[in-house]
Amino acid sequence: MSAATVSAPAAAAPAREGRIGLRANLRHIGALARRNALQIKADPESMFDAVIMPIIFILLFTYVFGGSMAGKGHEQEYLNYLVPGLMAMQGMNIAMAVGVGVNDDFKKGVMDRFRTMPIARSSVLVAKIVVEVGRMLVATTILLGMGFALGFSVSTSPLHLLAAVALAMVFGASLMWIFILLGLTMKTAQAVQGMAMIVLMPLQFGSSIFAPTANMPGWLEAFTKYNPLSNLADAVRHLLRGGPVAHSLWMTLAWAAAITLVTAPLAVSKFRKKT
Amino acid sequence: MAPGTVVGMTRNDTSRGAGSGGNAVEVRGLVKHFGATKALDGIDLDVREGTVLGVLGPNGAGKTTLVRCLSTLLRPDAGTARVGGYDVVAQPRQLRRVIGLTGQYASVDEKLSGFENLYMIGRLLDLSRKEARRRGEEMLERFSLTEAAKRPAGQYSGGMRRRLDLAASMIGQPSVLYLDEPTTGLDPRTRNEVWEEVRRMVSEGATVLLTTQYMEEAEQLAHELTVIDRGQVIAGGRVDELKAKVGGRTLQIRPADRAEVPRMVGALAQARLDGIAGATADEAEGTVNVPIISDEQLTAVVGLLGSRGFAISGISTHLPSLDEVFLAVTGQKASAPQQDGADTDTDALQEVAA
Repeated sequence: MSAATVSAPAAAAPAREGRIGLRANLRHIGALARRNALQIKADPESMFDAVIMPIIFILLFTYVFGGSMAGKGHEQEYLNYLVPGLMAMQGMNIAMAVGVGVNDDFKKGVMDRFRTMPIARSSVLVAKIVVEVGRMLVATTILLGMGFALGFSVSTSPLHLLAAVALAMVFGASLMWIFILLGLTMKTAQAVQGMAMIVLMPLQFGSSIFAPTANMPGWLEAFTKYNPLSNLADAVRHLLRGGPVAHSLWMTLAWAAAITLVTAPLAVSKFRKKT
Repeated sequence: MAPGTVVGMTRNDTSRGAGSGGNAVEVRGLVKHFGATKALDGIDLDVREGTVLGVLGPNGAGKTTLVRCLSTLLRPDAGTARVGGYDVVAQPRQLRRVIGLTGQYASVDEKLSGFENLYMIGRLLDLSRKEARRRGEEMLERFSLTEAAKRPAGQYSGGMRRRLDLAASMIGQPSVLYLDEPTTGLDPRTRNEVWEEVRRMVSEGATVLLTTQYMEEAEQLAHELTVIDRGQVIAGGRVDELKAKVGGRTLQIRPADRAEVPRMVGALAQARLDGIAGATADEAEGTVNVPIISDEQLTAVVGLLGSRGFAISGISTHLPSLDEVFLAVTGQKASAPQQDGADTDTDALQEVAA
């Protein structure tokens, strides 16, 4: 978590002196997360995507596609298929906003101040992720609330529900590293948004989020099988509605771990070098 | 917990880290390129502990690049720099514990209130919640921001934001403070407030490296001066030494009757007052210009003209401009600022980052 683990191991004592301890690191992340949370408080509109989007998505898909997918009057069945899929999608949408926000935020002078302070530089990024996972939790709660109101039901147990939410959070957090990296690399927030859409659209729709993949052409079905969003959607679906969960669960965790291990150090190093 | 984790009174850290003959900052042969541009081309300078070094230079001279190298934001390409005894490249973490930075562009969070900004900095410097709160309130009070404490910094005036920025830099009581053009763009009243604060910090023992484009600011605050241009040091020394070279101030006298200008110049030349030579007539302005280096000389000149019965309608003195300083120390004009003007340094940085 600390920058120290990312940089080359420095054995010499002088280099270790001044290293940030774990407790200090947590305190710094706390102070910076508080900053991100206060920013949201100062600008409540920034919560719109987390609050409104889940409601729009669930209504739109249930009533526009639901009838055709499951037959008129059987929207309920599609709802049970859709809600777990939307839980998986949620992370992507929030993560995209992170990339745009980071691009904006890091052009500000306050980042210079952070970079000249005795704190691990990763803490600025980790704090951002902490708050965004919180935003994701809000979005997921609203999505589930809306889903329950429309008739969605969990056929397993509350424990399974918690596990599904946690899995979506873990995977969403790993996606955020990708978008933070994008946000630090691209020149403008618009470019980040454009790039994010190019990556997002095929991943979202070329997956099992909205529709079962069995009816897709072979090449697309093959793509969906390796699409981590399908793995996540399937895992969440099976956790909430029953079914063989192990494969998709492990695949999702493996993807999350791989994405984080590759992109997090790159993002921290990019942030460190960014002038 | 690592030995250096407790910050609190960082000022003590200098004594631990330094031990290098009383220089808080030592820069030797510092070089930084941005592509083909040599932003720093072998800079040498020292800042003695507890003093203010003014780094004077036009836009694009490399001032901001220098500050960014010394605050670990940029990695120099060659040369060495030690701050508080710590090497900027080898010991960045320790170095960050002893420095404070106030840039040309206020580095505070605009969405957060003044208090929340300072509280956050306090927590990042490992103060306890209580201590961070106390210190934040103390700083707001000191910089006359208590009334605006709860307003978002984005709503502050330029001067208030600069003061908040200074306050943020001082939360950790840094032993070395970098002020990068701290008063550029401020009105005279706010500028004076910033100067007052800088003097106070120095009286409390801080070492300051101040970059500025204004001779007046350097004279007000700095003990020593380094003049840089195109990434190189072109002159340096104590302020009075440099002033003597440049000729101190210019006294401008406006006679009630413009026709008397030549006669006044003649009278001054004849009188041979102590240290006064080179009174010149500015026919276009209708004034007599006299270079002086002390208040006594000012009194002597005015006294002489009065005793000879000249009617004077206006007197003013002005410090040599940066251009005049350059002319005096190099014999040539300052290099014209590059096309992109005031943001040269920053632009170059962003291009490199991209």
